[in-house]
Amino acid sequence: MACCNPLNALPTAGAAERWSATAAARPEGAPAPPPVVKVRIDRKAFADPATGRERLILDRVEFDLRPAEFVALVGPSGCGKSTLLQIVAGLDPVFSGGIHWPGTRDGGHPSLGYCFQNPRLLPWLSLRANIDLVLDDPAAQAERIDGLLRTMGLIEVGHFPANRLSVGMQRRAALARAFAPAPRLLLMDEPFVSLDAPTAAQLRGLLLDLCAAQRPTVIFVTHDLREATLLADRVLFLCAPPSRIIGMAEVGIPRAQRRDEPLVAARHAVLNTLFQDLYQPLKPG
Amino acid sequence: MRPYHPLLLRLVSALSLLLAWQLAAWWWASSLLPTPAAVIGLILRDTLAGGLLHDLGATLRRVGLAFVIAMLVGSMIGILMGRRRTADLLLDPWLMLFLNVPALVVIILAYVWFGLAESTAVFAIALNKIPNVAVTLREGARTLDQDYLEMARSFRIGRRKTFIYVTLPQLLPYFAVAARSGLALIWKVVLVVELLGRNDGIGFELHLFFQLFDVTGILAYSLAFILVMLAIEYGLLQPLERAANRWRR
Repeated sequence: MACCNPLNALPTAGAAERWSATAAARPEGAPAPPPVVKVRIDRKAFADPATGRERLILDRVEFDLRPAEFVALVGPSGCGKSTLLQIVAGLDPVFSGGIHWPGTRDGGHPSLGYCFQNPRLLPWLSLRANIDLVLDDPAAQAERIDGLLRTMGLIEVGHFPANRLSVGMQRRAALARAFAPAPRLLLMDEPFVSLDAPTAAQLRGLLLDLCAAQRPTVIFVTHDLREATLLADRVLFLCAPPSRIIGMAEVGIPRAQRRDEPLVAARHAVLNTLFQDLYQPLKPG
Repeated sequence: MRPYHPLLLRLVSALSLLLAWQLAAWWWASSLLPTPAAVIGLILRDTLAGGLLHDLGATLRRVGLAFVIAMLVGSMIGILMGRRRTADLLLDPWLMLFLNVPALVVIILAYVWFGLAESTAVFAIALNKIPNVAVTLREGARTLDQDYLEMARSFRIGRRKTFIYVTLPQLLPYFAVAARSGLALIWKVVLVVELLGRNDGIGFELHLFFQLFDVTGILAYSLAFILVMLAIEYGLLQPLERAANRWRR
């Protein structure tokens, strides 16, 4: 922790521009590799289904992601976190701004893995067929997938129809599917929400192991700051809509020490104070 | 009380129908109401010696061809209408029109305009069924799960795999419904088509028997045809429908 500035938070409105400058400065002073993705969303609005009026959801959300970086997006519910992920994944082209991929040759998005809020496994396919579906050449990668399923404790149930698995298993299967194509960028939308605490803790451990092995860049959406502290290198705070990034913090726990509970708890306490400061003025009353 | 086996109940029901027929035939002894034995005897005789098999084959061929054409064309139109709002709005008045044109009108006009030919007969049968298939498949295509399609797009699995593994399994139950209701419609329409403009097939034979007031013949040929259709329904279409829905819990 001593090497990095632990807290780069800028808890004021309109911080996005200044924040970009701090993000560019690498802690080690080494030449910065090109970011995996540059997200520049000027405006994203939805038509209100009742009145037909436009409702602004995202208002100037800008950030870059470094290679192999794990970034958590934290914010109140309904602040457009899921929308943001969909825009990054190219599922929602209706917004003003742009998503740029400096690292890819053709400028298109690199291989993606997506973990949705619900597992979204196809119930008419077996677990294994669900994973093979997202691979270009499943036969050639059978051994690697076997290994992945073994790590996840799913090798025994690979032939089960996906809807016969327990909820925890379905979440693990969705996690396995997201990692199966060895994605450069992994988008995760509250993948461990509504699980019991031990299962969620187990899945977080698996996620850390898989990230250590494959080193993808990760955007992890959550409303749980503790989860963000445990998993992420950096936390971005979004405010209530129209959402902007109102703060950013380096977590500053080396990956090897993520299971050091007192350390994580201490960092969580620090981040939580910041979090309180950030959201206090926004809360009515 | 122990519940009876469903198969036993069905058998009892079928036998009681046969018994009622037999009693009625005894009570009202007339050539206009033959006994079951006379009808079954004629079926056996015409199967072994007469043209029953030829007529049955001709009718089934028309049913099969019209069925395949109607399923293909109808499902393509239906899926297009379910997925594309513009297509839906453009084609909906046509669909409403064809859904409400009586089968007899379609058949007569087809014969008048395109001649008394085999292809016209098949075309007229298919045309009667296409709107029903289109309506069912449109409903299916409208209810496709957006979450699964998003998953397919985000993992970039391509159009072909998306259609085979994501779209088609969701449409299969609707295909099964369209197939079953479609067959029920087709095998009623095919007889009219044959009666009006063909010189073989069950419908043509029924026309001859009607002119002779030969009720035994009418009952024998209809019964043979009904039995074949029931066999297709229970032996082929219902198992297919169960298979299409098997993944549901």
